[in-house]
Amino acid sequence: MKKVIMGNHALSWGAQLGRAQVIAAYPITPQTQVVELLSEMCASHSLDAKFIKVESEHSAMAALLGASIAGARTFTATSSHGLALMHELLHWAAIGRLPVVMGNINRALAPGWSIWADQNDSLSQRDTGWMQYYCASNQEVLDTTIQAFKVSEALAIPSMIMLDAFALSHTYEVVDIPDQDKVDAYLPPFRPKLRLSSDDPHAFGGLTSPEHYFELRYKQQKDMERAPALIEETGKEYEKMFGRRLDLVEDYMCSGAEIVFITSGTAGYTARVAVDALRQEGIKAGNLRMRVFRPFPFAIVREIAGRAGRVAVVDRNLSWGCHGIFYQEVKSALYGHTNGLPVFGYVAGLGGRDITPQTFKDIARDALKRKLPAEEIVWIGVKR
Amino acid sequence: MKKKKTLDRIVLASESEFPMMPMSLGTMHYNRTGAWRNIKPVIELDKCIQCGICWKFCPDVSIVIRDEYPVVDYDYCKGCGICAEECPSKCIAMVEEEK
Repeated sequence: MKKVIMGNHALSWGAQLGRAQVIAAYPITPQTQVVELLSEMCASHSLDAKFIKVESEHSAMAALLGASIAGARTFTATSSHGLALMHELLHWAAIGRLPVVMGNINRALAPGWSIWADQNDSLSQRDTGWMQYYCASNQEVLDTTIQAFKVSEALAIPSMIMLDAFALSHTYEVVDIPDQDKVDAYLPPFRPKLRLSSDDPHAFGGLTSPEHYFELRYKQQKDMERAPALIEETGKEYEKMFGRRLDLVEDYMCSGAEIVFITSGTAGYTARVAVDALRQEGIKAGNLRMRVFRPFPFAIVREIAGRAGRVAVVDRNLSWGCHGIFYQEVKSALYGHTNGLPVFGYVAGLGGRDITPQTFKDIARDALKRKLPAEEIVWIGVKR
Repeated sequence: MKKKKTLDRIVLASESEFPMMPMSLGTMHYNRTGAWRNIKPVIELDKCIQCGICWKFCPDVSIVIRDEYPVVDYDYCKGCGICAEECPSKCIAMVEEEK
């Protein structure tokens, strides 16, 4: 069934098709229509889930941790400051090995108060141990939500699904909504090996001494290292059943390119328009859109970017006193794997400033004339 | 799960023996948390009406019912005083610990 829906509702549909059993959410700003539609779905019984309204995002995640450890499939959504308020419990979910799935609308942090696109909210949670997907279309949002349940539950690692504010969250697109019975065949019910149950009592998360904590973190990382292959495998399975492939990255004309943009989120689709325009001007450009950021897809980034003439990483985020965050990560992934490949970093579109095809043309022009990366951040489109 | 016991503590030898999740490995067997206590509940059983309220309210499961009367498990009671506060017949006194 095809429907014209907004990005926020693509998350809601994904959670409904994934048969989320417990949804806990704080309903006020910076919340979006994701949970509004889910509450309607619960009220009308089109989704058989317990919907828990809570007093903060911190409590929303806390409620889901309890539900998840009892063996329920859990979902929530938030944005910017709401995600920041959850921070403590994001660690608790990941270290506790609870496969919560959450949508996060990438919005800038205040002050000044902003509800526009910026990735600093989710990238500030980079080291909490969640998998991170960055989506570029409403279809991808829905498909990713279903896939995320499957991958998260197989690895016992939570997943965060990112949508750019407005550019995706409030933009309407045609979305193919798969049949429930096919989704059920792809995504079996959540049956964790260990859970809180009076039939087999255990205490979880209690005092863990130095002689045991280290090994638990080792196992967590080992399971995270299994994630790239599992995302590819479940992405191919998804393609077989639904006709759409879900990969770690999207390679758009990178083969033989003299310049490859590395992008994420909706900027990754804008970049494709820019690549077409640049190729008409005779510049062989390509675009590598990173759909998955955690786990970092080292192998495929090295393979695709490593063949480029040069690489320009475009960040809608910034680590103050350093550089764009994808830029740092790409450089560290390529280090020692490429022979002197120049990698340039650009910061654009903070706080919802539009990233347009012209942004990428400006970036390409700059990157093609540089020999070495700039010491300072290269800002694109700042008024000065 | 293979367990190596040293002084009642469960120490796992290799990560492969670990459960996936951080979960209790029986620390209560060796960690007698009653030592944290400054004051202790003492129950005057003559006045006890066997209502079970102290047993129900104890947050650390440190009151057990034996022969229909409450008995404090001093290995784990931390002396919070909730039992004394809730007892309707006021038969539980909180007494200073002597060291």
